[in-house]
Amino acid sequence: MTKKKSGSGFQLGTILALVIMCVFLALSNSNFYSPSNIMSIFKQTAFNAFLAVGMLLCLITAGIDLSVGANAVFCACLMGALKESFGINSGILLMLIAVVAGGLVGFINGTLLTRLHLPHPFVSTLGMKNVLWGMALLVTSSKMINNFPKSVEFLGNQTIGTFGGGFPVGFIVILVLYVIMHIFLGKTALGRSIYCAGGNMEASRLSGINTANVLTFCYTLSGIMAALAGIYSIGRSGICNGANATQPYDTDAIAACIIGGASFTGGKGTMFGTMLGCLIIAVLRNGFAMLSIDSSVQNIVLGLVIILAVLMDVIRAQMDAKRRRLAAGK
Amino acid sequence: MGEYVVELKNITKRFPGVVALKDMQLAVKPGEIHGLIGENGAGKSTLIKVLTGVHMADEGEIYVSGEKMVFKNPNESKAAGIACVYQELNIEKLLSVTDNIFINKWLKKGTLLDYDTMHAKAKEVMESLGQDVDPRKPAGTLGMGIQQMIEIAKAVLIDAKMIIMDEPTSSLGEKEVEQLMKTCRELKARGIGILFVSHKLEELFELCDRVTVIRDGQYIETRDIKDWTNDSLITAMVGRTLENQFPKEFGVKGDCMLKVEDLSIGGVLHGVSFEAYGGQILGMSGLVGAGRTETVRAIFGADPIDGGKIYIKGKETKIKSPKQAIKEGIALLTEDRKGSGLVLGESIRTNLIMSSFKKHSDGPFLNEKRIEETGQGHIQSLRIKTPSIDEIVGQLSGGNQQKVVIGKWINSDADIYIFDEPTRGIDVGAKVEVYNVMNSLVKAGKCVIMISSEMPEILGMSDRVVVMRGGKVMATVERDSKHFNQEDIMKAAWGGTLDD
Repeated sequence: MTKKKSGSGFQLGTILALVIMCVFLALSNSNFYSPSNIMSIFKQTAFNAFLAVGMLLCLITAGIDLSVGANAVFCACLMGALKESFGINSGILLMLIAVVAGGLVGFINGTLLTRLHLPHPFVSTLGMKNVLWGMALLVTSSKMINNFPKSVEFLGNQTIGTFGGGFPVGFIVILVLYVIMHIFLGKTALGRSIYCAGGNMEASRLSGINTANVLTFCYTLSGIMAALAGIYSIGRSGICNGANATQPYDTDAIAACIIGGASFTGGKGTMFGTMLGCLIIAVLRNGFAMLSIDSSVQNIVLGLVIILAVLMDVIRAQMDAKRRRLAAGK
Repeated sequence: MGEYVVELKNITKRFPGVVALKDMQLAVKPGEIHGLIGENGAGKSTLIKVLTGVHMADEGEIYVSGEKMVFKNPNESKAAGIACVYQELNIEKLLSVTDNIFINKWLKKGTLLDYDTMHAKAKEVMESLGQDVDPRKPAGTLGMGIQQMIEIAKAVLIDAKMIIMDEPTSSLGEKEVEQLMKTCRELKARGIGILFVSHKLEELFELCDRVTVIRDGQYIETRDIKDWTNDSLITAMVGRTLENQFPKEFGVKGDCMLKVEDLSIGGVLHGVSFEAYGGQILGMSGLVGAGRTETVRAIFGADPIDGGKIYIKGKETKIKSPKQAIKEGIALLTEDRKGSGLVLGESIRTNLIMSSFKKHSDGPFLNEKRIEETGQGHIQSLRIKTPSIDEIVGQLSGGNQQKVVIGKWINSDADIYIFDEPTRGIDVGAKVEVYNVMNSLVKAGKCVIMISSEMPEILGMSDRVVVMRGGKVMATVERDSKHFNQEDIMKAAWGGTLDD
């Protein structure tokens, strides 16, 4: 079942890669394994991990959601704008609106794909990314906004205990969320339908699975996760900033999923692998900072890492196909 | 220079588990239009693929103008002067006529493409084929007949010695067919040999000089056209003796489970009507492209329909999606097992429950125990050979894959089971097991509809047969009728009428 979704050998490789990176960084710089730095890696991981949940679902359906980063920033900016311009000071209400807005954006992405038959989610979500970027700047008049209610900031800045300055609540939420999503994907009919739809859309449709609804669900959930990431980002930085919508958040999320065993051809990917992928990305970015490597070089390396991960996925698929061919020939 | 432009001697081609061609013979003279016919699966496509270098023959020789050739790939066949106009045209619809004709053999002036010369040449060659078209026009804006002429123009331009035409008239209108025939005669006058593969007897009689019949991958006979008749052609095509390899068992004929009235889809189905009963297997016979698959897909809600009514157990039902069809008790085993039947990368476990998630869930959660139970039950009763229920379906053999699809549909508890080519590409043992599943379904009072292109299977398993041709039902034959034999059913499938 779930353990068969992606070769366990590959996951072992992923774990190994993470360990090697950590050992290398620890040897290069003793600050790397200081408690406060480890906590800071967890904090960095959480934001990407929220986005990667939705991204993974979309990738499993053989789709993609390029609007997650911009959606997160937009949701944060929407909360800022509502607080500034409309004087809404209830944190709960602001977060509720953000989640609904993020979900709505995802629902529109899904509807464009399934009901209005845009050829590939690449089109709708890339367009949506630009729309959200513009809207984020528009609602905030291109200004950064701070002074959010405590309840909004809770997710991103609350910590528990004193180890390394406290264990981030956001990361605990992520761990719980990933366990829930793991159960959802493996143990529910809808979760299994997502894998089926990604593995063979037509066979799934002809088996009575409402593939249009399944896909729309994935994109909507992706939007909701983006909103959570947006809320988390406010707690982390204390502000919302529309200009951040152009940051490579989407590619980080894609990279995490692919490194974790998801495939652009769909039907594959696990929550566990994605968590590993998120940790690897966070450790990479953290390590670059530790070694004072310029952010432009960071982007180059991360870009190469994504290409490498996809290349490995392609080679893996070719090897699978060959094995199948040989097995069928017997 | 030999007597023949192309000659095949004792060609044998094997695929895993099947011999597609065995000692095949074919000899086409220069300036001859040579017809090639055979039933579905007789080996026509494989023969064409051997000629065009797509497949390499395992045994036998190919001679072109008397010279022995070995084609390792399509380019070598083309270089030897064999061109093929496929049923599915290889036209880039957005590119101009000129681009299509000169694709991959561009004329250049220095390093740049010489469009002036190419346009002029394209116009010239198209005119020689009786087509006055602007070569600058995108090919997609022109009719099917002209697009086909572009393919023929390509062949003419490489000085083809033989042109293979695979079902060239299947998508043409009446006028276009006439033009095509005219062109064929002109090509013939230029000394080009034409291998004309067709499902339409009347075309063969009108056009061909000689006709070769093949059956079950073997050469049967070549005669001058004047020595053939409609009946002798059909007899030569089917002419096998039926052995009883079919464990047919009879159910009790029940109520009308499915009634289809005037089902139509623009350009595909033209008023299809038939009935299917519980406790019976309804066979659907016809040539490839007769509209059988389209009919059952429409019934199943997989494709939208333009007109007609569907009654399920006497009640008119509008089926808009496969999901709804399954709710109404219909199951469709598609002809393309890998493309639309299975999720190859998933386990047997998951594939078996794809059409019955509800039955295997408690609320939103899957009940793994129940899935395991029914799954193991299917593995045993259908004799699916697999190391475990968690085996990836893509790793199974064709027959075992098909059994997984059947298990999936049995799980859906349907009343009407539609099997589209259920035994295609699976071995004999697995075939019998599929037949036995159908037997037990009809004995349980279910209604089974079986599309098959294999005549023995149709005759062996059906209680009634609906014969289709060109999107219409040509005849309905009961098992106890005097027409329930291969000649008569074949006659109807090829457009003949059966008396009462």
